[in-house]
Amino acid sequence: MTDSSAPTLNNPVTQVAGDSPLIVAGREFSSRLLVGTGKYKDMDETRSAIETSGAEVVTFAVRRTNLGQNADEPNLLDVLSPDRYTFLPNTAGCYNARDAVRTCKLARELLDGHNLVKLEVLGDQDTLYPNIVETLKAAEELVADGFDVMVYTSDDPIVARQLEEIGCCAIMPLGSLIGSGLGILNPHTLSLIIERANVPVLVDAGLGTASEAAFAMELGCDGVLMNSAIAHARQPLLMADAMRQAVISGRGAFLAGRMPTRLTARASSPGAGLITG
Amino acid sequence: MQIQLNGEDHVVTDDTTIAALVESLGLQGRRLAVERNEDIVPRSAHADTRLHAGDRIEIVHAIGGG
Repeated sequence: MTDSSAPTLNNPVTQVAGDSPLIVAGREFSSRLLVGTGKYKDMDETRSAIETSGAEVVTFAVRRTNLGQNADEPNLLDVLSPDRYTFLPNTAGCYNARDAVRTCKLARELLDGHNLVKLEVLGDQDTLYPNIVETLKAAEELVADGFDVMVYTSDDPIVARQLEEIGCCAIMPLGSLIGSGLGILNPHTLSLIIERANVPVLVDAGLGTASEAAFAMELGCDGVLMNSAIAHARQPLLMADAMRQAVISGRGAFLAGRMPTRLTARASSPGAGLITG
Repeated sequence: MQIQLNGEDHVVTDDTTIAALVESLGLQGRRLAVERNEDIVPRSAHADTRLHAGDRIEIVHAIGGG
């Protein structure tokens, strides 16, 4: 007899034993690693990396269909099974609220009414920094229209609170600029957001390697979302596995509660019974 | 008559439906979403929605992204 729940290469461990699930807008996920589907070499590598990461939520972009070319190109939504993954359409590339709202409505139609979206309204092409004024406007419209909005934002605790008040179901501050791989540049503001939020907080953008994902989780983030860190690694599958383990490790350390820090040493071995001459 | 299709000029015969347009592009059965003049046209309405001259049609699909 084989245990269908036993971890395998294609069904890896995704959570700290006994941990509660990540809950976003009533949907439960065991994995706290969410991944993007961009920048991979091909569809096979995309699928393998995502399987290896153990992610259950995968983001995608909505773009104009190429007319008259690449008609036989495999469709992302045919390659990744909707039974296995929760799709998270992303408004990446939108620079104003109007385009972002249109994109979400197209995505909802594309996914037969699925209403969970990642809202991302950008400010300029060099920084891809979020345009907060347009983000707030789009969030209001989308929440009013029945969308569950996971929102990409700056690491500003006041903006995070405003987005939560509007009704966003997850706050997703950047660790650093999208695609920069600079990690978490301001852990203190991130901690402020985490302490105050009543909805899940996920670091979205900037993570470059496994220790940075673990650090995000140690700070108390509910999850992390990444794309480039895996897709642009020299070996994406190895990095996908490293990130899976890092998110579990960081979460475990957060739940365990780290030891207090001290400025002077304290020996681990007892002083009594020492053989001294 | 002329419409705008994904930002480009495109000529269709009068009374063409969204479904017929999708089929003429070889996209029937593919997972896509259609917007007409910035309003979603639900899949269930593709066969009954006729195009008018000057309509701005967007046909989109899912691609890899973060």
